[in-house]
Amino acid sequence: MEKYLYIALFAPFVSSLFSALFAQQKKMQFVGIVAPILIGISLMSSLLLLSHVHESGEAVRANLMDWIVVGDMNITFGFAVDQVTAVMMVVVTTVSTVVHIYSNYYMDHDISFNRFFSYLSAFVFSMMILVMSDNFLGLFIGWEGVGVCSWLLIGFWYHKKDESKDVNPSVSPSWAANEAFIVNRIADLGMLVGIFLIYWNLGTLTYTEVFAQLGTLDHTLLVWIGITLFIGAMGKSAQFPLHTWLTDAMEGPTPVSALIHAATMVTAGVYLVIRANPLYSQIPEVSYGIALLGTFVAIFAASMALVNRDLKRIVAYSTLSQLGYMFAAAGLGAYWIALFHLAAHAFFKALLFLGAGNVMHAMHDELDIFKMGGLKKKMFWSFLMMGLASLALAGIYPLAGFFSKDAILEAAFNEHTYGIWFVLWLTAGLTAFYSFRQVFIVFLGDERYHEIGAHPHEAKPYALWAMSVLAVLAVIFGWFREDFMEFITKFLPAYEMSEHTHHMVWILTIVTTAIAVTGILVAFFKYSKKLNRSEKTENSFAYKLLYNQYYIPHFYEKAITKPYAELSEIAWQELDMKVVDATVDGIAKTIESSGDVSRRAQDGNLSSYLKWMTAGFVLITIIAVISVVIK
Amino acid sequence: MEAIAFYIFGVLIVGLFLVTILSRDILYSMSALAAGMVMISGLFFILGADFLGAVQLVVYSGAIMALYAFGMMFFDATREVKEKHGSGLLVFILSGASALIMVIIFAAPAIGNKIEPLVQATKGVDNPHAIGEVLFTKYLIPFEVAAVMLLVAMIAGIILASKKMDESLSEVYVGADPETEKKEQV
Amino acid sequence: MTITLTHYLVLSAILFTIGLAGVIRRKNLLMLFFATEIMLNAANIAFVSISSFINDLSGQMFALFIIAIAASEVAVGLGLLILIYKKYGTLDLDKLSTMRG
Repeated sequence: MEKYLYIALFAPFVSSLFSALFAQQKKMQFVGIVAPILIGISLMSSLLLLSHVHESGEAVRANLMDWIVVGDMNITFGFAVDQVTAVMMVVVTTVSTVVHIYSNYYMDHDISFNRFFSYLSAFVFSMMILVMSDNFLGLFIGWEGVGVCSWLLIGFWYHKKDESKDVNPSVSPSWAANEAFIVNRIADLGMLVGIFLIYWNLGTLTYTEVFAQLGTLDHTLLVWIGITLFIGAMGKSAQFPLHTWLTDAMEGPTPVSALIHAATMVTAGVYLVIRANPLYSQIPEVSYGIALLGTFVAIFAASMALVNRDLKRIVAYSTLSQLGYMFAAAGLGAYWIALFHLAAHAFFKALLFLGAGNVMHAMHDELDIFKMGGLKKKMFWSFLMMGLASLALAGIYPLAGFFSKDAILEAAFNEHTYGIWFVLWLTAGLTAFYSFRQVFIVFLGDERYHEIGAHPHEAKPYALWAMSVLAVLAVIFGWFREDFMEFITKFLPAYEMSEHTHHMVWILTIVTTAIAVTGILVAFFKYSKKLNRSEKTENSFAYKLLYNQYYIPHFYEKAITKPYAELSEIAWQELDMKVVDATVDGIAKTIESSGDVSRRAQDGNLSSYLKWMTAGFVLITIIAVISVVIK
Repeated sequence: MEAIAFYIFGVLIVGLFLVTILSRDILYSMSALAAGMVMISGLFFILGADFLGAVQLVVYSGAIMALYAFGMMFFDATREVKEKHGSGLLVFILSGASALIMVIIFAAPAIGNKIEPLVQATKGVDNPHAIGEVLFTKYLIPFEVAAVMLLVAMIAGIILASKKMDESLSEVYVGADPETEKKEQV
Repeated sequence: MTITLTHYLVLSAILFTIGLAGVIRRKNLLMLFFATEIMLNAANIAFVSISSFINDLSGQMFALFIIAIAASEVAVGLGLLILIYKKYGTLDLDKLSTMRG
């Protein structure tokens, strides 16, 4: 089985290197064929590993090499595939394969076609390291790896210029890439501190050893470790207040958004919390804080999605919101439910993004949904798939989202945290509304796209076939909830609902479905015929507040970015120019002027040379005499 | 007796050499130099280095001075040397300092105590004889190397001096060559 | 009052310094040669006197070789001086200086 482990891990790496060979050349179709095949091989290996883990119930372990051996420190490059990892691997490789195939369609006319595949495969490789590592340091390497790949891919169209806000309300790709990277650096510092704390106090970083020794640690220390690690998770999973980068990351190519910023990388934070469940189950106060933050982010992001007009940003906000759901579940101790929602969400959210990619392609990269409409006629299959994905997202029976989201709400109810339950319940309604607002505005109603002179067309069949895999999964994945639970709870702690909750399940389900359906119906009546816009609403304070993302980006710019830039300016002008540069220049000038003075010694006159020589002779003899006398 | 001779010679040498380096007239300088050389050979005789005294007389006072004398025919020797003497102070300080230091070094009592004779002079044999023995046994190879060096110098002297010259001038050096050859035989 | 080795060495040092002063004072190349001869002779005196006082012939050998070297030096050096004089018409170092340092 080790063999498959290595194949699953290194097939994306080979794919990346292979594509990188042609990165500087113009589009080569075979790159777009080889890369998905290699990722597909990785998927096959992951499935084999999954079935092996399923049958044997034991983790597959492999030790690639000793990595850092310094004194007492011994960190190995080890990998372990247990139940959680196997699920993550399958999710990652499935979405990756689909996205790789889809990218052939989406990036068809891009000049950097080969480079794109290289980055994308490198991302998959980093993600595999992240989920497969059996220690925190390997996880951190993968963590940084996906960060770098994310940076590369968000900024893939780095040549696009910054435009003023009235021309283009979004930011430039390179700006977005840097923002994502810098915000993640801040969070990663927290994570590093957590890792250091673990190593400092336990002398090991391997999961099994760390979790076995957790009981020996002080409670305060555990809280600190839990908080610092969660800060890392907050950055990667874009939780408040580090959430701004995720929506700006939509500047990257849409397949990237589907793979990285919906399905895999942003869920790494959730994965970390699930992975460290023995730690978080010992510090309930931190866990509760995580649940609260997740709940807050869920409704916070959903509220911003209500009014947004950008096709991809709406989906990005919904991703943020769903991540909040996952953290809420993990924080409440329902780790397997969090993982289940993670997997289900990966499928339907990737599908949603790819559908959005189709629309973007059809509309010539137009993102404003108010300029679309009536696309159903031209793009029926895209409409169907996006509709399916939105249904799954809204949590309508019998699609995947229904089962996973319902389970989270049940868990919230079961913990008697009714506030959390209520907010999440409300968010479910909002989710249904904004998802279908988007779908209806884009695909139904009057055909506004004529105004911008677009000629919509359906995506190529193979892209639709690739998406159909996700569509099928988005529909049927929820049906395997019981199997999933049975499988995963061999590793993760089981989560038992109380008797009371069991009685309430039916009522809860009905209530939840009711609000979701209500949301969809409201969206239908408001937007299915034509675009209803009212000046009054759009000028209201609430609308503006939401549309401007609660003014948080403005606040960050005013309170952090600007002062920092000014500080840098001062440091540059005052410190760098006047101290550092002056010192360096001073040294150079001293040397130059001393050379200018001593140049006169070399006047080409033998007589003066002889004088110098005599002076040297006198000097040396004086030194000799002195040294003899001193001795 | 030795002391008187030493002081006479010493004062004479110092005086003559001072004339050499201070005189404006090259002829005076050269004459003083030649005289100084002769005086030095006197010192050698006092020290019992008879052979070296003779060589000093022959080579320095004879050959080298003759060489200078002939060489000076090429330069306008009768004219007074016009030189710009920059800072006399600098020359004075430098030479004074080095003189002081060297005198200190040589006058220091430590010098001379630790020196062990390398080649003991044979007792009861006169100086030229002893030198001959050492020269042709222990210092044979340096001696032959010196001979080759003199040959090379002779050829170099001829070539340098006779380059692009009229015949009459080059003859001057042909005349000087036997002198060099004679030194080889020393 | 006996004459010791030190007397000779001090005399030698004085003569050497006279030579040195000549070297740094004079600007005429020929005078420089004279001064060099003085320095060589000063060294010779030191060699011979030490040789004589410790009864060792090595010093005299060295003096002999120094004389040989001085002879070669004069032969080659005078040739060069003649060439310089032919080319520049002077032996003054200040006038021979070509660099504008």
